[in-house]
This record gives sequence, C-alpha cells and structure tokens, in this order.
Amino acid sequence: MSEQVLATLEKKFGEAIASTHIELGDACAVVDPQKLLEIATFLRDDPAMAFDVPVFCTCNDRLGEEPRFEVFYALLSLEHKHRIRLICRLPEDKPEIQSLSGLWKGFGWLERETYDMYGIHFEGHGDLRRLYMYDEFEGYPLRKDYPKDKRQPLVRRDFSST
Amino acid sequence: MGLELTTTRIEDAANWARKFSFFSYPFVTACCGMEYMSVTSPKYDIARFGAEFPRFSPRQSDLMMVVGTITERQGPVLKRIYDQMAEPKWALAFGVCASTGGFYQNYSTMPGADQVIPIDVYVPGCPPRPEQVLDAIILLQNRVQEARGHSQVRDKRAKLAAESG
Repeated sequence: MSEQVLATLEKKFGEAIASTHIELGDACAVVDPQKLLEIATFLRDDPAMAFDVPVFCTCNDRLGEEPRFEVFYALLSLEHKHRIRLICRLPEDKPEIQSLSGLWKGFGWLERETYDMYGIHFEGHGDLRRLYMYDEFEGYPLRKDYPKDKRQPLVRRDFSST
Repeated sequence: MGLELTTTRIEDAANWARKFSFFSYPFVTACCGMEYMSVTSPKYDIARFGAEFPRFSPRQSDLMMVVGTITERQGPVLKRIYDQMAEPKWALAFGVCASTGGFYQNYSTMPGADQVIPIDVYVPGCPPRPEQVLDAIILLQNRVQEARGHSQVRDKRAKLAAESG
C-alpha cells in the first residue's frame, strides 16, 4: 500500500523526489527541501493519500558527510492504513527547512525538540523556542560534534565558604 | 526513692533532640522515589529513628532527602528549596544519581547534588536498599549529635567569627 504512495509521489512531483526506498517496511522518500511544503500539503489533502496523523519528526546528524543533516517526517493515514517517511537533506552551513506545523499541529513540539537538539531552523513555525533545555544553554547537544562531557551549569555551590 | 540527676550541655541536649526528630523533605525526582516510599512504609519503620514524618514544605523540615537524578535545569530549584529550609538543616543524597550523577554522563545531568547544596550523607546504590538508608540515618544521627553537620559547622564558625569581632 505504501509503495503506491511512493509511486504516486514520483509520478506527480518527478524531480522533487530525489529517491525512494523501503527501509524495514517503511516507505521512505528523499524529497527536495524547497518542495517539502507542497508535497506535504498534497499528502494531507488528496483523498487517496489522506495522511492525518503526524507520527514523528526528528533529525539524523551524519557528521562528515554532506549534506550533513537529514530531517525526517513520519506520517500515517488512519483511513488508508498507510505510512510514509519524508526525508530532507540539509547542508551544514544552512540547516533551514519549511515548517510543517501549519499543516499538522502535532509537529509543533517535535519541531521545537529538533531545533533544541540539532539546531534545525523551521521557517514559519511561529514559536521556535527550546523545548527541553534552558534558554541559557549554548549549542545543540545531540549534534555529533557536541563534546560528551561538556557541562553548562545554571548554578553551582560556593565551595570557598564551606 | 533517691534523687536522680543527669547533667549535660545545652548544645548536646539540643542535638540529642534534633537527631531523634528529623522532619524530612523528600526532593523526589526519579525512580529512587519507589525505594523512598518503601523506606517510609511500616515494614522498615523509619519511625524507630524518629524520622517518620515527611514534610512537604521546606519551611517545616530540617532534613532534605535528594532522591533521584538532578539535572542542570533543576539546580536553581534545588538550591532555592534548600535555602528556604530553616537552620540547622541536613541533606542526604539518596542513590548514586544524587551522589555523583550515577551512570549519567551527558549534557543535562548534574554530577551529584553536592554541586549545588552541601550533602551530609551519601547513600550509594541504584536504588539503595532500605537498610542502607536506615544506616545512613544512623550515620547522620551521629553526625548531628557531634555537631559535624554542614549547617552546624557553618553556624559555629559564624558565631566564633562574631565573638572575635
């Protein structure tokens, strides 16, 4: 069933779909980040697609490769019982992508988490703040080049007085 | 019937009273909380040591039990609650996470609650057995009786400094 979704996408969007594959039973489509919003709108609104559940959004840091970041969007259609994963590859120096939180509100927090942990900027999100870490935190902790034992304390005891 | 007399110093008598009337504030953040509940349950009967009343207000308590992992983000909260407790006060690190950060070595976890507040007794274990916690209570009682708690030492130092002008 998901294979049909991939075939439809390839037929309709052509060049914007860089490649498709099935990974562990999940249909995946590597899409052009510029066309992501258009493709996602089609997936949500077309009656044959009808993806209504925003399952997950996260990022993969492929340090050393270019483009470095892979942003994933996993979608599910309760009506047709099919799933798809949209993959956008983003360059290291400009990790920006169009936000899908306007289409599915459920992506709002997941995009904030991805911003918090990987520093991906979602254009048009509207409320792109850190979700887990505090505002004073510098850097993005789940990037592969974040030092493992780096600490950014908010408060420390004054050891000189005790 | 003969007359019975006992003499003591005021400080020793006060410390004796303090060590048998711990009012604990459970700062419970993680899975050690389950073991904390076990400690306070009738089976292990922490009332034998006079520490059976958890107080959920820092202003009514004198023993802070840091139960579970402390994250960097929680640090200011932990410090504020400790500062709100009335002197003299003691702190007990319950489990390895509160003592040293435990098996966490990452960007978010504080390597031990003693980075923020002075800890009097550390209880190892993941989670510690209730018997270990009772042992720690006894250790703390000895510390209180001998006036070796962090806040007691600080208090004494401040008094000495004031006397010497």
